[in-house]
Amino acid sequence: MQVPAPFEYRRATSVEEAIDLLGELGSSARVVAGGHSLLPMMKLRLATPERLVDINDLHGELGYVRVDPGEVRIGALTRHRELLESDDLAAVHPVFRDAERVIADPVVRNRGTIGGSLCQADPAEDLSAVCTAVDAACVIRGAGGTREVPMAEFYRGPFETAVGDGELLVEVRVPRRPRGSSAYEKVERRAGDWAVAASAAALWLDDDGRIADVRVGLSAVGPSTTAVEGIAEALRGREPSEEAYAQAGAIAAERCNPVADLRGSVEYKRHLADELTRRALRRAVARCRREG
Amino acid sequence: MTTLGTRPLDSFVDNDQKPVGYGRMLRKEDPRFVRGLGHYCDDIQLPGMLHMAILRSPFAHARIVSVDTSRALAHPKVKAVVTGADLAEKGLAWMPTLSNDVQAVLATDKVRFQGQEVAVVVAEDRYSARDALELIDVRYDPLPPVVDARHALDPDAPVIRDDLEGKADNHCFDWETGDAAATQAVFDRAEVVVSQDIVYPRVHPAPMETCGCVADYDRVSGKLTLWTTSQAPHAHRTLYALVAGLPEHKIRVVSPDIGGGFGNKVPIYPGYVCAIVASLVLHKPVKWMEDRSENLISTGFARDYLMRGEIAATRDGKILAVRTNVLADHGAFNGTAAPVKYPAGFFGVFTGSYDLEAAYCHMTAVYTNKAPGGVAYACSFRITEAVYLVERMVDVLARELDMDPAELRLRNLIRPDQFPYTTKTGWVYDSGEYERALRLSMETAGYAELRKEQAERRARGELMGIGLSFFTEAVGAGPRKDMDILGLGMADGCELTVHPTGKAVVRLSVQTQGQGHETTFAQIVAEELGIPPADIEVVHGDTDQTPFGLGTYGSRSTPVSGAAAAMVARKVRDKARIIASGMLEVSVADLEWEKGAFGVKGDPTRSVTIQDVAMRSYGAGDLPEGVEGGLQAEVCYNPENLTYPFGAYICVVDVDPGTGAVKVRKFVAIDDCGTRINEMIIEGQVHGGLTDGVGMALMEMIAFDEDGNCLSASLMDYLIPTALEVPDWRTGHTVTPSPHHPIGAKGIGESATVGSPPAVVNAIVDALAPFGIRHADMPLTPSRVWDAMQGHPRPPV
Repeated sequence: MQVPAPFEYRRATSVEEAIDLLGELGSSARVVAGGHSLLPMMKLRLATPERLVDINDLHGELGYVRVDPGEVRIGALTRHRELLESDDLAAVHPVFRDAERVIADPVVRNRGTIGGSLCQADPAEDLSAVCTAVDAACVIRGAGGTREVPMAEFYRGPFETAVGDGELLVEVRVPRRPRGSSAYEKVERRAGDWAVAASAAALWLDDDGRIADVRVGLSAVGPSTTAVEGIAEALRGREPSEEAYAQAGAIAAERCNPVADLRGSVEYKRHLADELTRRALRRAVARCRREG
Repeated sequence: MTTLGTRPLDSFVDNDQKPVGYGRMLRKEDPRFVRGLGHYCDDIQLPGMLHMAILRSPFAHARIVSVDTSRALAHPKVKAVVTGADLAEKGLAWMPTLSNDVQAVLATDKVRFQGQEVAVVVAEDRYSARDALELIDVRYDPLPPVVDARHALDPDAPVIRDDLEGKADNHCFDWETGDAAATQAVFDRAEVVVSQDIVYPRVHPAPMETCGCVADYDRVSGKLTLWTTSQAPHAHRTLYALVAGLPEHKIRVVSPDIGGGFGNKVPIYPGYVCAIVASLVLHKPVKWMEDRSENLISTGFARDYLMRGEIAATRDGKILAVRTNVLADHGAFNGTAAPVKYPAGFFGVFTGSYDLEAAYCHMTAVYTNKAPGGVAYACSFRITEAVYLVERMVDVLARELDMDPAELRLRNLIRPDQFPYTTKTGWVYDSGEYERALRLSMETAGYAELRKEQAERRARGELMGIGLSFFTEAVGAGPRKDMDILGLGMADGCELTVHPTGKAVVRLSVQTQGQGHETTFAQIVAEELGIPPADIEVVHGDTDQTPFGLGTYGSRSTPVSGAAAAMVARKVRDKARIIASGMLEVSVADLEWEKGAFGVKGDPTRSVTIQDVAMRSYGAGDLPEGVEGGLQAEVCYNPENLTYPFGAYICVVDVDPGTGAVKVRKFVAIDDCGTRINEMIIEGQVHGGLTDGVGMALMEMIAFDEDGNCLSASLMDYLIPTALEVPDWRTGHTVTPSPHHPIGAKGIGESATVGSPPAVVNAIVDALAPFGIRHADMPLTPSRVWDAMQGHPRPPV
């Protein structure tokens, strides 16, 4: 049994209380939600927070998927399993279900949360890439009120986010736009391993069936999961085609910044950024067309 | 109402047929295991028990400048801190390994691998012990490490083992087998010669339960009881007696339930010794359980062979000779657990299942700055490496000859009439019907149809591969004239007592780690005596309750201890026969045995059951002259030869052409382990071994960076397969009994681990044939497969 260093444990019973506690404890405190990233790091003593604020009792307040006409709102404490099983979410943004099917294993999915995943800000994390692709915004609440931050600003670098001391990520908002769909493609060495590389793509067509907009978020091939720039510009106004996907793939491969490790060489990861971006776009377009 | 909690455990063994002897039946031990009621080392709680944690080296190679324990000792819950210097005062800083080398218990002069034991803390609880490790201040002077075995013998390589007198290099040993000159002569005249560099990476057994112990020295009786994760409790007891100077009759070693061993729990680890020392010093029970990272970075690894294989053949596909040169990485101390005369284990069976004219192997073993160990992981003493080498080479040859690999194997397998077959490296294979097994595997898999499908898929640009392997195992070590471990012969004892009411207790020297001994051995005795398995208690794992023997590894339990169990039961039956003759008032010659009862020949109305005889043996009334009361016996079985299980495996894979990801689609395993005692247990062993094999082929490797840092220190980094990576196993069997074994059983524990990696790799290489690839090294992760597809397969680093 791996044992963590000593820490103080507090358990919040409401969002208000959690924010009060976080404000009171300052930078010495970490929020624990599902615990599937933080607790292993604590047991390995890679993370040694002095205080934990457990927010699992807030599931009633922060565990939900609401698909409204204009946007989808996902509570920060929504478990992976709930995202996986939400038919409403899958109908609007199928990329979530794609990703959830290949995130870890059922035990982790029963506990891990979307908020925890985004706040962990691991560059190899799946939902950050997904949220990037679907242009999500994060709602952060503190003692002074709430603010809404787009993914590009939420993500500050590996394991760093816009959530400050005394603040809590409470909701993820995803806009709904017509004639769009999305898909997620990932290669891993084994079920439950971190991605070797993954690509989340969301795509919207115009009335003529041409590409109106595209967003691609890559995972595990650079220090961030922020959107790949240049793809929308290159594809906008074009017919969806293998040539278009190839161009997007080439841009993804060029713009990503992977490092070699046991999961793969730089060359291979760039290749995957290309290949998986093509596959994700191909699937997203097929879904768009299927839904007419 | 009966609830789960109140039902007696035995009632869960609800077998369709309850065989009195061999046959398919549920395992007697499973009701407790599947309900979480097993009792493992870490479940042991003793009054006043203290907890130990180990401080390990962060460096692969460094001189220890100073160790300051004062801050740790000041921790309010710390009871003791022990360093290498403390042990040196007692002469315990070093201990012998199982291969006549020495290993540091706690480092005194240098650390020689990352994760090496430097000091221990004993505290009131586990958390405090772990916290206090961070209060020990060790100053190191880092030294350049030797990480790549290929450079271990470079003239300027730093010398790791300067503790050994006069040691000026990193040479560990040289070993050879076969006939170099005869092999060279065959290679000189052969029409076809192919060679291939093949790496078998360092892997880890990664048992679910890590290693640990509870040491309890009773100063009143002077007796040490050690509950420990040991696959060989008797051997460990003797070694503790020899090393620590404790009298052997004052040591009791108990292996409680063990959560998997795979060879990882054969060696004696420094943690055990330190816990014993701590208990001796503090007069308190001391528990030590390593954590997952400690298990992965410091305990017995497996493989790590860099092999160059060469194979010689005629143009029409007659294999003439196999030759190999091996560079073996043994880590910082040679901790290989193998019979003393076999420093390379049983690697000598690299001639495989083929009738050759000549064979030769030369091996050089070196020290590196990596963890010691080196036999573990279900390999039957290095047969995994041997089979991988020869089965890869046969496929390389098939490619060279443009011949179907099944056809090439069929032309070269040893024929049934050649058994017993003496190989060119001196092994006497006991029995085999190889062609029958291979043909059965091909029929089961639909080999011809698979090849047709492959051709169609290839035409569409899809990558489908079919891989075969045919293996011969050598298990059941071993004959004591040839085999010993540190002077202990590899024989096993067995004791059997039948109680007055006909219930029996059989005491084994081997220790189960999940293989189902409590069922298998009850069935062996049941088959011989006709007592139902439910009425037979199997006692094992406690040296105070069982006869001496060398333990469970190398698939030796059934071949060695299983023979002992059958023989002791026969000995009891012989005595029972004499008692029965008295009871029935006929001569022994007039009795016939029908499982469970003696009857009078020609008179079906007159018989006594074994239970009747048992009661009589303890009861009132005279026994036949010269017969002592009671019904019990003991034997010690010394095997005459090893047993040689074999099998034919076929694997089908699909490789994603765009990502290199491999999907194992189908796997057919035909095994021949001789007489089959419990089909269900055999199948379970095979399923586990096949899963191991897929893991090694696709993902497992202990990797190091150039500074010797272990990159596989958690199960997030050291991958083992899950149910999602393996197909629905198709198993089947043939039965070729061992002629010299009392019940004809050959052992099954490691067959699948030995046989499956080459089948998977052969399938992947076959899938990649359109890319002109002949070999790619494990682990075949998507990235490494893709590298191979680009024309530059890389050896693992």
